[in-house]
Amino acid sequence: MIMPHWIEPHPTGIYVRPADAWIDPSVPRERALVTHGHADHARGGHGHVWATEETLAIMALRYGTASGTAMPYGEEERMGGVSIRYVPAGHVLGSAQIVLEHAGERVVVTGDYKRRPDPTCKPFEPVPCDIFVTEATFGLPVFRHPDTGSEVDRLLGALHAHPDRCVLVGAYALGKAQRLICELRARGHHDPIYIHGAMERMCALYADFGVDMGVLRPATGVPAKEMRGHIIVSPPSALNDRWSRRLPDPITAMASGWMRVRQRARQRNVELPLVISDHADWDELTDTIREIAPMETWITHGREEALLHWCMTHQMHARALEMVGREDEDEG
Amino acid sequence: MRQFSQLLDGLVYTRSRNGKLDLIANYMREAPDPDRGWALAALTGNLDLKAVKASAIGEMIRDRTDPVLFEMSRDYVGDLAETVALLWPKPEGQPEEVDDGSLTLSAIVERLHGVSRAAAPSTLAAMMDHLDASGRFALLKLATGGLRVGISARLAKTGFAQAFGLDVDEVEECWHALSPPYSALFDWAEGRSDRPDPAGTPFFRPFMLAHPLEAESVDLGDYAAEWKWDGIRIQIVGTGEQTRLYSRAGDDITGSFPEIAQAFVAHAVLDGELLVKGEFQGAKEHGGAAASFNALQQRLGRKAVTAKMMDDYPAFVRLYDILLDGDEDLRALPWEQRRPRLETIVPTLDPDRFDISVLIEAADFEGLADLRAGARDAAIEGVMLKRRDSPYVAGRKAALWYKWKRDPLTADCVMMYAQRGHGKRSSFYSDYTFGCWTEDGELLPVGKAYSGFTDEELKWLDRFVRGHTVNRFGPVREVEKSLVLEVAFDSIHESKRHKSGLAMRFPRIARIRRDKPAAEGDTVAGLKRLVS
Repeated sequence: MIMPHWIEPHPTGIYVRPADAWIDPSVPRERALVTHGHADHARGGHGHVWATEETLAIMALRYGTASGTAMPYGEEERMGGVSIRYVPAGHVLGSAQIVLEHAGERVVVTGDYKRRPDPTCKPFEPVPCDIFVTEATFGLPVFRHPDTGSEVDRLLGALHAHPDRCVLVGAYALGKAQRLICELRARGHHDPIYIHGAMERMCALYADFGVDMGVLRPATGVPAKEMRGHIIVSPPSALNDRWSRRLPDPITAMASGWMRVRQRARQRNVELPLVISDHADWDELTDTIREIAPMETWITHGREEALLHWCMTHQMHARALEMVGREDEDEG
Repeated sequence: MRQFSQLLDGLVYTRSRNGKLDLIANYMREAPDPDRGWALAALTGNLDLKAVKASAIGEMIRDRTDPVLFEMSRDYVGDLAETVALLWPKPEGQPEEVDDGSLTLSAIVERLHGVSRAAAPSTLAAMMDHLDASGRFALLKLATGGLRVGISARLAKTGFAQAFGLDVDEVEECWHALSPPYSALFDWAEGRSDRPDPAGTPFFRPFMLAHPLEAESVDLGDYAAEWKWDGIRIQIVGTGEQTRLYSRAGDDITGSFPEIAQAFVAHAVLDGELLVKGEFQGAKEHGGAAASFNALQQRLGRKAVTAKMMDDYPAFVRLYDILLDGDEDLRALPWEQRRPRLETIVPTLDPDRFDISVLIEAADFEGLADLRAGARDAAIEGVMLKRRDSPYVAGRKAALWYKWKRDPLTADCVMMYAQRGHGKRSSFYSDYTFGCWTEDGELLPVGKAYSGFTDEELKWLDRFVRGHTVNRFGPVREVEKSLVLEVAFDSIHESKRHKSGLAMRFPRIARIRRDKPAAEGDTVAGLKRLVS
């Protein structure tokens, strides 16, 4: 078991001692290295943040944070004897793995990641390393995300089969919503898409970074009949809430890796579960560990027991870190 | 298989009845033969393969995957078939999560029919490799018997009828003359042949139902009166050789009440109330007592019944009407001509299992009202009024049959918790748990209701819940104990299942008492005095 003295997992984040900096800390810290903009990784209130330009913009939008150093992908920054590099993670716009090197050892912290293509962000780059710190949101072999295109086709199929209704899709406001819209465009759907008010600013931010989502319209203040035959995207929390009452007889859909399990979909009253996830599924997690072949794997959050067991049975060293406050249900 | 597995998925996720009917109808129109016939058999519970036991499925998956990972997955997912369907690893080189289209539903049924218990797991495994997760789930459910997609046989038949513009009752009439994969049925539905001949097989006829009585009174010269019994309506269809029992929805419940079916050897179709023997409701002067609905409930919804169940909760039928006597259809005759026919046949039946619903002798409507009021002590729900000159017609036809329930009991209760409804009500907190006060000044839940209010009142209640939430437990909100609801209910019983020791029958919100302070709500002790 390797236990480098210079990098320490804590419940509130990973502490990089020589750099005196924390990775994705869940409490305010003087110096924070942030992998991506989701709330369970990026919190407000830090003194100084190192992150990609996109992540800094997302944090500024969400928390109004001021002080930050933009880290372009691939460029090295030295911090107290540690070399630090941000590498694409393929999770959402601006998401990065943080590659740290010190004393001849290399550690990669993935944050959250996925391996399949996403039109809104750069693909995951595997970096060989000694310690690979991975997520395990979908760390059970029952989670195997189907082909995204076929899921999007099911959504379009439901839309076209019910021209008098609309399809309301619950999708996490940062990442999933924008990716889903781009995937719909890629399948030839060019009608205006209506979006919940809580998503407008994030979609505008994506557009500023060059993500083309076609014609988006606010769903608020629009007469119900105008939305017939259209797709409406909202945060999952609005699916069954008062907000959705104004919509014309919606078919309730949700885009999430959790939708693979029937009971999870039924709990949310979802009629059209779409298994579209921004996280690695079981096969991606295990294939990635095999590909990177680290000396040791650290598992941050999710269903770590199963992945731990898999590593053991494949003769690989692994340990589970006990992180607090990770994994927002809506986000998968 | 994909068409069928997509249908099952759709049925699982669709909440509305019409939505489910549309799904079934579309499938029945579009799927090829004989797949759709097998699908209809599966949906109506007439496809009993039982080729594989659950334990064999466990064995099959342990052969393919790490048993520890399987157990972890099963802990997370819950359902065995779903876990295996999701977890199933395909052999190297096969595309993941694609139904390759090589297996039709009929091919699957054929293979499962022919397979031995010993060979079943390997046959099943070979088929799993060609399917996607939905297909594997459907396959495992078919193989172990029991789809459990939350639809009744009647609903499946209604969907089939809708697909081809048929009357479901006509489908029902010939149903038992058919067997899977129902090619004769599809031939008739698509106009290639005449309707299959149901001669000699028992089938369901739709029930005649009653409206609540709203008029001040009726003339007993025009209407006959009977006691209203609190059981379930049942139709007994006997051909002399076979007997089948149907619930109000047209579901075949023969298997749940074998003692009734076995005791009935007549060639007739009768309508009555299924009850359990006991002393709870009614007395000798009402034509005999019966146990409570709760007792009957122990017997409902069971596929197989044990001898002990039949001993503890012996069933009988109190007969109301006769639809067919032999092959003679009496439905067009007026009630006053059917009744003597019923009175003639009942003495020929096993008196241990069948009796007749007696007519109430009252001089006039006021006299009847007195008798009805007096029946509260005997825990009788109310009175039925049947027009003497009316034929037996399907459904609820105005002014022919009335149910005149006892005036409901009411209590002023305090709202404690609220939960969101389903379907169109999924954005509203529409299910309310309410309580009454104990001697120690504590509120104890006494019931739950989700009806009785208008749409406007629902909006108001929803706003109240949102504005007065003090705690959240998943989908449930605890509210400030400040709103009094006047709750109406038909009766109240002692119950060991509730902390208050009470269970209401048919509770509904009668009024929102914004004017009344919560402290003036009723007490649990007061409710106990209403126990019948």
